[in-house]
Amino acid sequence: MSLAADRASRSLRLTALTKEFATFTAVRSLDLEVPAGSFFALLGPSGCGKTTTLRMVAGLEVPTSGSIHLGDDEITYEKPYRRPVNTVFQNYALFPHLDIHENVAFGLRRRKVKDVDRQVKEMLALVELESQAKKKPPQMSGGQQQRVALARALINRPEVLLLDEPLGALDLKLRRAMQIELKRIQTEVGLTFVHVTHDQEEAMTMADTIAVMNGGVIEQMGSPAELYENPRTTFVANFLGQSNLIAGSVASAEGDVVRVDMHGNQVSIPAERAHARSGEGWVGIRPEKVLLAPAGEPIDAPGNHLTGGIVTDVSFVGVSTQYLVQMPWGQELMAFEQNTGRRAVLAKGTKVDVSWRPEFSFLLPASQDVNAGVLEEA
Amino acid sequence: MTGLQRAGRWIGEHLVLALGLLVMVYMFVPIAVVMLMSFNDNSKSRNVYAFQDFTWSNWAHPCRPNGMCDAVVRSIEIGLLATLVATILGSLAAFALVRHDFVGRSAANTVIFLPMASPEIVMGSSLLALFVASGFGGRLGFVTIFIAHVMFCLSFVIVTVKARLTGLDENLEQAAMDLYASEWTTFWRVTFPLVFPGVAAAALLSFSLSFDDFIITNLNAGQTVTFPMFVWGVAQRGIPMQVNVVGTVMFLISMFLVLGNMLATRKKVAA
Amino acid sequence: MRRGRFTGYWLMLPAALWLALFFVIPFYSLLATSLYDPEGSVLTGYDVTYHFANFVDALDDFWEPLLRSLWYAAVATAICLVLGYVLAYAIAFKAGRWSSLLLVLVIAPFFTSFLIRTLSWKLILADDGFVVDTLQFLHVLGDDSRLLATPVAVIAGLVYNFLPFMVLPLYASLEKIDGRLIEAAGDLYASPSRGFLKVTLPLSKPGVIAGTLLTFIPAAGDYINASLLGSPNQRMVGNVIQNLFTSTGDYAAAGALSVILMAIIVAMVMVYIRTAGTEELV
Repeated sequence: MSLAADRASRSLRLTALTKEFATFTAVRSLDLEVPAGSFFALLGPSGCGKTTTLRMVAGLEVPTSGSIHLGDDEITYEKPYRRPVNTVFQNYALFPHLDIHENVAFGLRRRKVKDVDRQVKEMLALVELESQAKKKPPQMSGGQQQRVALARALINRPEVLLLDEPLGALDLKLRRAMQIELKRIQTEVGLTFVHVTHDQEEAMTMADTIAVMNGGVIEQMGSPAELYENPRTTFVANFLGQSNLIAGSVASAEGDVVRVDMHGNQVSIPAERAHARSGEGWVGIRPEKVLLAPAGEPIDAPGNHLTGGIVTDVSFVGVSTQYLVQMPWGQELMAFEQNTGRRAVLAKGTKVDVSWRPEFSFLLPASQDVNAGVLEEA
Repeated sequence: MTGLQRAGRWIGEHLVLALGLLVMVYMFVPIAVVMLMSFNDNSKSRNVYAFQDFTWSNWAHPCRPNGMCDAVVRSIEIGLLATLVATILGSLAAFALVRHDFVGRSAANTVIFLPMASPEIVMGSSLLALFVASGFGGRLGFVTIFIAHVMFCLSFVIVTVKARLTGLDENLEQAAMDLYASEWTTFWRVTFPLVFPGVAAAALLSFSLSFDDFIITNLNAGQTVTFPMFVWGVAQRGIPMQVNVVGTVMFLISMFLVLGNMLATRKKVAA
Repeated sequence: MRRGRFTGYWLMLPAALWLALFFVIPFYSLLATSLYDPEGSVLTGYDVTYHFANFVDALDDFWEPLLRSLWYAAVATAICLVLGYVLAYAIAFKAGRWSSLLLVLVIAPFFTSFLIRTLSWKLILADDGFVVDTLQFLHVLGDDSRLLATPVAVIAGLVYNFLPFMVLPLYASLEKIDGRLIEAAGDLYASPSRGFLKVTLPLSKPGVIAGTLLTFIPAAGDYINASLLGSPNQRMVGNVIQNLFTSTGDYAAAGALSVILMAIIVAMVMVYIRTAGTEELV
């Protein structure tokens, strides 16, 4: 069945969107364009303004200033029931007094669409709940309710489907399954999905584009790989996965290489990944990019090579082993090593050398808080 | 030894339940007596406090005692009217208190709590003082009873509907609006059906409070006689057995309504 | 969602007006009445003469039924607390799937006439009735002792009539207690009785406070039980106020006595709430 919107799908554009509440500003002058047909994720810790942004798009919250456009139409102050936008609510918000069939039919009936029963049946087939049509929501499991909520929104063929932490209430296994399911449905129907989540893994698994929000503003926007490999801020570096951030000062910035002095060690960073070109900065490297070898043994990585590390902690987690290595200047670096069996697991107290390929490292301005985004996930 | 211990444990497990059930029995003994006495034939004796002979005649001729059925009808009229007004005004107020923020909301909450915490005799005499002071002392009757009943039912309605509204997820209304329902449609399709059980419970409570009230009514009734006032009046002389018929019917109707409602909700969950 | 700024006021207005006119203002009328010239009557009319002596006179004449009311109400409340706690506890923790049915049964007597049920006690406690006969047989009661027209009968009636007011708030607060807390207490070496004293009882405090107030207040103002089950020796303050208003027409004394009763109750409630320390009543 074709669920593609009747109209040609249009892009969603937020311009200088701001929402102030009595005591705080939830969203500050946000600019954002979501291309038609994309799977877009707003990622951030709780209180970062992502849900408020979503609710403004849905029409459930009135912006303090700024505008929201769908294609060329402004919908900033349009009532929620007059915009071609539907929402999958965080706790599903299924109507407890209506059965599943009527829940899914709700939007169609309000718009006086003909042929409701057939459409509902098809929709329930899509989410594999045909047999449950007569049940009431409280009699269903969390995963089933989630699919009903999705069906109830999708059946209206909105130009934009908003998903507010739609998988938050599910357990880990079900969440993984639903992530794949959601992605499949989005690809199938080709609608624009805007997905709000605090789960970075969920955002990276599903979205084409992620906007990382913090404190009411977008810190960085891009494809999952782009954000992960080349974060522009310490917040993104810490919130999306983990990072080692090491203090250093720029020694030279010529051509396409920036050289940084890091506690007496010279490291080089590609210019397009250096977000500071002079003065102090944080050298960033992802733990899985850090290679270890017992002191003096060769490491397969040309370039940045540091000596004098001591293994202070070893955690075996099956697919990998996670090390903490204390460097001569006192900082502990994280290193994740795949358990390929190439070398025995290093014991605590082993003296090691540390190395990484220059093209994996990045440089962030020292003005940013080195701990931003640490442990804020949850 | 283990047998004894097991017996001790069994008693420990079930003692509280058994005591609870005993309390329950205590609560129902008088009602059982009322039901029994509704079949009492006391035509041969003036003693109305002992069971003499079995008869259907009280049930066959419930209106025989002078003025009793008039009083019942009057109580029903007042009860229905007071329930209607109190339920409407109280539900509106509950919406205001739960869904709207306004200056004086906490003061309103306190004023609503007070009638439930004041002795009836004080409320009744205050109201009488007002009626007398404003020159209605000679015109006490149906209208003053109605006013008083709406007054003391209001708090109970507000509290009951408020509880239901507070438990209602506002996301549901937002979901309805998101799904193309206007404010009006949202109210009638989502809010009202979900709040309705609370409103119905409030109405039932109001009616029974109104129908049963004696202390406040007695002070503000003038010459008008409601059913409880009729009972009070005849209690000194010895009550006619038909009063027990009315009591039994009241009990059966309310049990039917409450249990019926309970079974209905249980069935819905089980289906 | 934008809401009308004044919608709240409009929705609140009718109920607020009704309560203001017929609940709040009457208290002022009552105060005024209590200051009437005691010489007034229904025929000659009443004047507010700020006759504060009415209060002294009322206390002087009626201190006995006033104290008796408070005493009876306190005893009845204490008994209700014990019985109500057992019942509420049984419903909340021991009744399993029958709990909702039992809860319905607790409120069922509410829907049967208060007066008729009280009269029914008159029959149960009658001089040649089953209860008195049994107690006489067991020599708990003397051969010509009776139950009717004694404080026992009046208090039994009060307990019976106001028990549901105790059970419902107790149940509401007991039901909220997470059963795992009690298990945790057991896990941490508390015997069942200590677990109850240290965990269940403190957590049900809001229910205990609400229940005792909801029982004590109406019981202190009640006169139906004293009239139907007692004798003039068990006269309570409600009887006096009722009589002064409807039979004697002594509005000044009746008003003064009502004000005193209300003042005592408000004072007791405030002291009680402060000592018990709760704000969860409203």
